[in-house]
Amino acid sequence: MSKTRIVHYINQFYAGIGGEDKADVPPEKRDGIVGPGMALSKALEDVAEIVGTVICGDSYFSENEESASKVILDMIKSYDPELVVVGPAFNAGRYGVAAGGVAKLVTENLELPVVGGMYIENPGLEMYKKYGYFVETGNSAATMKKAIPDMVAVIKQVIAGEEVTGYVPKGIRVNFFAEERGSKRAVDMLLKKIKGEEFQTEYPMPVFDRVDPQPAIKDMKKAKIALVSSGGPVPKGNPDHIESSSASKFGKYSLKDIDNFDSSNGETAHGGYDPVYANEDLDRVLPVDVIKEMLKAGEIGSLHDYWYATVGNGTSVANAKKFGKAIAEELKADGVDGVILTST
Amino acid sequence: MCTVVPISLTVGANRIVPTVAIPYPLGNPALDPADEKELRRKLVEKALKALQTEVTEQTVFKDE
Repeated sequence: MSKTRIVHYINQFYAGIGGEDKADVPPEKRDGIVGPGMALSKALEDVAEIVGTVICGDSYFSENEESASKVILDMIKSYDPELVVVGPAFNAGRYGVAAGGVAKLVTENLELPVVGGMYIENPGLEMYKKYGYFVETGNSAATMKKAIPDMVAVIKQVIAGEEVTGYVPKGIRVNFFAEERGSKRAVDMLLKKIKGEEFQTEYPMPVFDRVDPQPAIKDMKKAKIALVSSGGPVPKGNPDHIESSSASKFGKYSLKDIDNFDSSNGETAHGGYDPVYANEDLDRVLPVDVIKEMLKAGEIGSLHDYWYATVGNGTSVANAKKFGKAIAEELKADGVDGVILTST
Repeated sequence: MCTVVPISLTVGANRIVPTVAIPYPLGNPALDPADEKELRRKLVEKALKALQTEVTEQTVFKDE
């Protein structure tokens, strides 16, 4: 069997050209192995050969993505490879984004498999993970010794046409037929869990952030309070057309003219619960009547002029995080001291 | 303020006030309007109290 032809993409640093001061070097190609390609090539010597290495400065790539992509693609193509390896980029942000960009380029234009390596928090991984088999690495080049064998294992699986394991999920569903039906598998899992045995979930939970609790409000009579909700409370007619599930946006609505909700001025956009009660009286989801009374009575110092609403029904964690960040930034800028978040 | 407290715990909320039911967390259509509003007021008061309470970890503010 002939050896699989591999092209390796690395940045200026790993090519030995230089660090930040050389990050603006344009793409170049060199026959054979360069830098970390040495260790890869040795571990792969039975099955593959690194026929060429393409190098580009990280800044050059990000500042000239379109033109650099074209040149890099041609350079890769010139070696007629069967597989492309990028990185490992560890936690180097621009290198990760460039390596991911090359993975996308290769996937879309050459339809070749791509194997890479990055630290789990490298922004390039989140952006481009669907374009390659990216192995999770440590956060610095000090973990090269671990990264190389992990990447080699994946490369060998890809070459052998085996099921590929040990990479960061691309977020792409693969259909397969299970031997047992779902209910049986679920009960088996539950029994294992009860017995304290190991089991493998079929639906891993997303990883949620933890935030340090903020200090308590010292004097509520001077505090500015805001209302935010994922229960879909919107003005009657849902003016922003917030989706009833998998929301792609949040809305911001004035509280100035509303002292009390009824069926004429509010409704819920949420499609994941019976909307009858919220549509009758939206105070049941967003307590505007009570908070306005508290404001008049001086129980709170002031009330933020707007409420924010989205629908937390099947909404992706990534979107929810984005909404949360945007809303929090506005609230902070407006001097809000405390927020009441309601959810359904 | 939420009805399904385990979800709030999972997503990392630090001050959690349990509420009435999923479709009406801050109300109860079975009550007459005055009682329903009183219920809502008590829950919001509890949320304001939670905001005035120092916490060092995720805390569920249950009925006293």
